[in-house]
Amino acid sequence: MDAILAFLQAVPYDQILIQTVNGIVTGMILALVASGLTLIFGIMDVVNFAHGELFMLGAYIGVVVLATSGNFWVALILSTLTVALIGAALQVTTLRPLIGRDPLTTILATFGISLVLQNYALWAFGPVARKIQEPFTGYFTLFYLEYPWYRLLIAGLSAAIIGGFWLFLKYGTYGIWIRATTQDRVMAQAMGIPVPWVHTFVFAIGAGMAAASGVLFGPLVGVNHAMGLDWVLKAFIVVVVGGMGNLGGSIAASIFISLLEAYASIWVSPAQAVIVSFVVLILTLLFRPTGLFVPTPK
Amino acid sequence: MSSADRNIEPLIAVEDIHTYYGKSHVLHGVSLKVGKGEVVGLLGRNGVGKSTTLKTIMGLVHPHRGQIRLAGTPITSLPAHKLARLGIGYVPEDRRIFRLLTVMENLRTGLDRSGVTEARKRELLDKVFAYFPVLAERRNQAGGTLSGGEQQMLAIARAMMLEPKIILLDEPTEGLMPRMVWQIRQIIDVLHREGVAILLVEQNVPLTLEASERVYIMEKGAVRHHAAASALKVNDAVIHQYLGV
Amino acid sequence: MSKRFTIAYWAGFGIVLALLTVAPLVLPEFWRRFLTEILIWGLLAMSSDILIGYTGMVSFGHSAFFGLGMYGAAAALLMVQPPNLWLAIAYGLVGAAGVALFVAYFSTRLRDIYFAITTLIFSQIFYVIIFTWTEVTGGENGLTFRRPALAIPGLFSVPFTSETLHWFVLGVVTASYLVLRRITQSPFGMVLQSIRENEARTRAIGYSVERYKIVAVMLSGLFAGLAGVLYAIQNRFAAPDFVYFLVSGEAVIFNVMGGIGTLVGPIAGAGFFLLLREFFGRIFGDQFPYLIPVGIIFIIMIIFMPQGLLGFARRWLNR
Repeated sequence: MDAILAFLQAVPYDQILIQTVNGIVTGMILALVASGLTLIFGIMDVVNFAHGELFMLGAYIGVVVLATSGNFWVALILSTLTVALIGAALQVTTLRPLIGRDPLTTILATFGISLVLQNYALWAFGPVARKIQEPFTGYFTLFYLEYPWYRLLIAGLSAAIIGGFWLFLKYGTYGIWIRATTQDRVMAQAMGIPVPWVHTFVFAIGAGMAAASGVLFGPLVGVNHAMGLDWVLKAFIVVVVGGMGNLGGSIAASIFISLLEAYASIWVSPAQAVIVSFVVLILTLLFRPTGLFVPTPK
Repeated sequence: MSSADRNIEPLIAVEDIHTYYGKSHVLHGVSLKVGKGEVVGLLGRNGVGKSTTLKTIMGLVHPHRGQIRLAGTPITSLPAHKLARLGIGYVPEDRRIFRLLTVMENLRTGLDRSGVTEARKRELLDKVFAYFPVLAERRNQAGGTLSGGEQQMLAIARAMMLEPKIILLDEPTEGLMPRMVWQIRQIIDVLHREGVAILLVEQNVPLTLEASERVYIMEKGAVRHHAAASALKVNDAVIHQYLGV
Repeated sequence: MSKRFTIAYWAGFGIVLALLTVAPLVLPEFWRRFLTEILIWGLLAMSSDILIGYTGMVSFGHSAFFGLGMYGAAAALLMVQPPNLWLAIAYGLVGAAGVALFVAYFSTRLRDIYFAITTLIFSQIFYVIIFTWTEVTGGENGLTFRRPALAIPGLFSVPFTSETLHWFVLGVVTASYLVLRRITQSPFGMVLQSIRENEARTRAIGYSVERYKIVAVMLSGLFAGLAGVLYAIQNRFAAPDFVYFLVSGEAVIFNVMGGIGTLVGPIAGAGFFLLLREFFGRIFGDQFPYLIPVGIIFIIMIIFMPQGLLGFARRWLNR
């Protein structure tokens, strides 16, 4: 009895609650990044290795626009649109010629793009991290901690963006085109849907989402040329755990993994906490390879 | 044989196409014609290349050699989505409706085109629901929940949404109950009455001979015989020779 | 006909080998080391070719094998005095083989993209372990050690000069190439290629595809580890950067650029890539991000020249 009480008292509830909030915040950003990735994979079978770099590019463009305009929201919107356009251009020039070829070629092509973008950022902006200023500061008290409102805004905005996109898919005119193309590319073409352009459009959306995540996340960490690498890795894990091409699954997986990592960071260093996501991936691949949150196919 | 002899430009002219799947030479110079509003049958054993011929016409597979013309204009290298917009409808084997979309959404994939007014869209929907009342009932159900026969109807209805000049039908009666087969037969007649040409690939020989004006018979990747349906109806020998039935 | 081909092939091989042997005698120091590095990275890319070119499995796990080979050698060179060359090789190979077995066990049951992602994750797992386990691995700073002498215990011991080191590396890489060539042309190798062509059919014929894949991964891992050992010996340090998945990416790039399924292609690819890098660095100066034009060239090659530099010779090289 005493032992149980002692255990219950030793549990750091306040830490756990704080980390829960942290986990959800990071989870929503990860969900935004991963949504783009899983969408792109679901519709055109492309594993976009450059996705992390689109995130990074978004953050940098945010930095630049913020510096000139002084307005965070303008930065967010302009960055999203610019990177969406860049994404569309990339898809048309480098990925369209590769349709129908060995999937290895698209992996390599996007890997090549990621190298170019990373080094471009390093060259253009230098190795020192930049900062994006949050649009507003302000805290509320969460236990003994002053918890910034901005973090909650991130979670809310990410959810809004994903939600908005989901609504578009379900009810928007072109939403049907995207869903049809994802399910059966060949018949979509036979129905007159201009599939190559749908692919470009979806790639652009995915890129835009990554960029938005980059700008939103910017104030939390420094913006530097290597920030995409960790995110692309996490995003891949999320996409596999959630079920490739499964939007709902990747959102659930993002939050799940981020929560686990947040809890883990109570006891180990953040650098080691990432192992949690690796372990989840391995377990998923061993036991539920189609995705943790996907009902096992009959 | 009269329609084949007329010198009017046929709606679809397939000229000596050779198609490969990888290294496999599947079509060895297929040639055929479909006139405006005609119902033409394409018969042959399994694996002779009938479906491949349809896919080639639809632009889903590109031939290595040969030409395809739509009302005189070459369309050989055009992608499928352009051909659908130009008026070629395609109903594949095993239907391939969008299982996760509702019936209504399936229809909308063909309906949502530029240049179609809302009123026209309404007309088309009403028409198709009149022909296929079961689709009207199930309009908000997911395609995957429909029975085989209902899915076949949806596949045809969906193609009709494109207001096509010709519909390529690939084995529409396969696996269907006799009552459904009869319904398909009715649909073919309706389409014919509306002036839509049909290229009908089928294993069901009697149905094909009933519904078509002319019939091509394929064997080993090429067209080996061509005759009016009426002529084939009395000449069993040919049918026996190529189809073994 | 076949006889003529064999003669032509071995003649070509001999010529290339002769050139590479003579090279350090005529090249300045910088280029000597450069050439040696090309060989080492070439070996890494060649090991990747076993999986990608011959078995049809895209792997991003080579940085783990390379890294463990490197750290294994480091362990031998630091823990046993005087530093012993053969022990370093042994430790490195064992380390790499161990990791390869581990990775193989988990990943080979997966297909295609899942296999690629899993191997990538495994590289990162090892990266994180090596990066954070500072007491053992030196963490971020890595480990430095002395280069062992070229020695056969009891017979002679001669410290390496940059020429002799080059010849040693050349010898190891050549031997590796010959061994791998033999293996790919053996019945085992034929099964691997059959898996690449059509896995389902190979399985249907009765081969235990998983077992063959595991052996392929281990083979690949061994030679990648060997490359890591050579690198450690040449540069006298081991660092976690080499375990980061980007290194695997580079190995794959060399492999593809040079031509998959050719074994020598990857070495040519490594050479081409490193030369391009050097070239751009020279023209535009050190600060120039050479990876931008090199990356663009790479992307263009994938689109227009997917078979790589030596891809056209793929059939000859495999006879």
